[in-house]
Amino acid sequence: MSFLRKSMHWMGAVARQRQHLKVIRGAISTAARDYSSEPPNDFGNFPGAKAPFVSKLNLIHPEDYAPIPIYRVMDQDGFIADESQDPQLSREVVEKMFRDMLLLNTMDKILYESQRQGRISFYMTNFGEEASHIGSAAALEMRDLIYGQYREAGVLVWRGFRIDQFIDQCYGNVDDLGRGKQMPVHYGSRELNFVTISSPLSTQMPQAVGAAYAMKMKPDNDACVVCYFGEGAASEGDAHAAFNFAATLGCPVILFCRNNGFAISTPSNEQYRGDGIAGRGPMGYGIATIRVDGTDVFAVYNAMKAAREYVLKENKPVVFEALAYRVGHHSTSDDSTAYRSAEEIEVWNSVEHPISKLKRYMVHKGWFDETEETEFIKDIRKQVLKQIAVSEKKLKPNWREMFEDVYDEIPEHLVEQREELERHIGAHKDCYPLKNFEK
Amino acid sequence: MKVAQVAHSWLSILRSNMRSHSITRSHFTYYPTSLGTGKKMNMVNAINNAMDLALSDDKSALLFGEDVGFGGVFRCSVNLRDKYGKERVFNSPLCEQGIAGFAIGVANIGATAIAEIQFADYIFPSFDQIINEAAKYRYRSGGLFDCGSLTFRVPCGAVGHGALYHSQSPEAYFAHTPGLRVVVPRGPIKAKGLLLACIRDRNPCIVFEPKTLYRAAVEEVPMEYYTSELGKADILRHGKDVTLVGWGTQVHVLLEVAEQAKMNLNIDCEVIDLVSILPWDTNAIFTSAKKTGRVIIAHEAPLTQGFGSELASQIQEKCFLHLEAPVKRVTGWDTPFPHVFEPFYLPDKHRCLSAIKEIVMY
Repeated sequence: MSFLRKSMHWMGAVARQRQHLKVIRGAISTAARDYSSEPPNDFGNFPGAKAPFVSKLNLIHPEDYAPIPIYRVMDQDGFIADESQDPQLSREVVEKMFRDMLLLNTMDKILYESQRQGRISFYMTNFGEEASHIGSAAALEMRDLIYGQYREAGVLVWRGFRIDQFIDQCYGNVDDLGRGKQMPVHYGSRELNFVTISSPLSTQMPQAVGAAYAMKMKPDNDACVVCYFGEGAASEGDAHAAFNFAATLGCPVILFCRNNGFAISTPSNEQYRGDGIAGRGPMGYGIATIRVDGTDVFAVYNAMKAAREYVLKENKPVVFEALAYRVGHHSTSDDSTAYRSAEEIEVWNSVEHPISKLKRYMVHKGWFDETEETEFIKDIRKQVLKQIAVSEKKLKPNWREMFEDVYDEIPEHLVEQREELERHIGAHKDCYPLKNFEK
Repeated sequence: MKVAQVAHSWLSILRSNMRSHSITRSHFTYYPTSLGTGKKMNMVNAINNAMDLALSDDKSALLFGEDVGFGGVFRCSVNLRDKYGKERVFNSPLCEQGIAGFAIGVANIGATAIAEIQFADYIFPSFDQIINEAAKYRYRSGGLFDCGSLTFRVPCGAVGHGALYHSQSPEAYFAHTPGLRVVVPRGPIKAKGLLLACIRDRNPCIVFEPKTLYRAAVEEVPMEYYTSELGKADILRHGKDVTLVGWGTQVHVLLEVAEQAKMNLNIDCEVIDLVSILPWDTNAIFTSAKKTGRVIIAHEAPLTQGFGSELASQIQEKCFLHLEAPVKRVTGWDTPFPHVFEPFYLPDKHRCLSAIKEIVMY
């Protein structure tokens, strides 16, 4: 149990929440009560586990452990409970956090609508999870490599991915970095160290672990890997693979779970029965773990700072669980009121919303200006709408690019297939939307 | 799914069989490739030598998989951990999807990943990572990211007593996936050349190594670094009457059959080792098919949707006017790979020889 104690100790150092630590230690000693009555040093000599013997049969129940507490810096009214936890971010940084969250939120609203109007084929919003994106991204360095799931556009916003880049990707036009090959919201940027998103859930998790291992092997490595995934994705086999490989192979990776309560329509109580995703970290895989309020940008920020420092210093992983609520529908192909109430959504969209919380903090600080906010949103709306008009008029890439990047060089059989299509299109020009594609 | 112990005891059974029964029990006679002078090596030694060269040549190269650390259940990585350190040659937890995903991540960074899947039969848990991820990485990112510097080594094929889960030849599953390279060596020289070529190639590669050849196949293997061209078939025997196409162990069956056809029936067979399953050497196959007008394709994997189907349909499409008989496939049956019935399952020399008679009489 010492590794659990150690990781809890670390967590305590991060959070400096003695009170919570007491709760956990209390819980551990409850579970260990029966052990303590045994003579000391009576340990089993099995290679598979180091543990004391007991002579009383005892089923260990999940209830024997108190849940891992939720680290929070700011309450819902935007007040900092423990001043020692205030990250003391400058006004400039806090304003960037706020603006980036607003930008993401505003862009989401318009792109969601534009999908409803049939202008783009698909979209996924980030409503309610803005703080976990921005707070975590702000605590990282640009050289840190990001693997995401698909609902982490805020990380890209923080890193400087531009509105035109987002929208060009959604349209798959000539300026899309991904060359129009993937569905909307499957962003990627080499420049911003953000590995291209793919649809299969959790596949990025063991990949992030492998990348972290390879980075660790570089001399004087000072970069880590962050892998985002939802609590639903954490049920996949690849999540298990990633947790276990990260622990056994000592990889500087932060396994960042966005636990927003739903995987499409499946509520988290149908997803798992343990203590969330965080509960799997310390006892399950031997990984230092932290759980934070994902609607509190400062909590996410502080915890990520500490996690980054830890993974780089120790060459070990961290399991990071950010609790939030998926305020929007799963995607534009989903109507979430079919499986949850509008009243429930409304609470998370107002008092518990990450943007509202940060706004209240800024009000207390005297940093909030309502006119400025209105102007900013108006300006972003204008930019996004203008960009949609521009992006949808841009040509799609040359259709011949369909055959490129399958391999590093186009193999002979693909050259032949491209030529076959060329001949066919040449003979049936009117049957294809050629005018929309670059020549 | 399996434990190292099982694999280990299985290995010792395999080894004792190799010693005591290799001649009486195996369904093929090994035909070595002569290529200059080198050191006498079996396929295990040649693969070990190739990985040794790859690890010393490229400081970023990592070698990992289940039980790779102590030398591997087939001894292919023996001594490499001592030589290159446990940070570069290491055991992974027992999880194929993890091994494949981890390898992709290593390759994303540009480092070289040599990943071992202990048996081809156990590659399926990593199917998603290989098919949906590795194969599509470059394409879906518009070339921003790739995992070209990864290679999977995967022991495959019949071994006399491997039954359902130590005998499979799953190459056709992977041949259906654009973005991958899939190769199968027929012996030590080829195994070393292909492995080094795959490690260097800028695309994700799978090397299916016929494990029955690990110790049975011995050749004079050049000690220096060399690569064998990917996507290129080898014509091992020239002939004018029938083209025989195979890969891996089956090549040796076909070479023996060609000899018998010549001796007993005066039929001149051309024997081609396809080597690369994807992308494959259309030119070599079409040229030979047009010359002989008769083609037999033989593989251990089941008939339906086996890679032979792809060859046969392309040959009929591209060589239609030259064909004197329908393209014939001699393959494993459409059943799981059985234990005690293995001698009746394999496309052995007797079935291949019958096919030659049939195709010539057509």
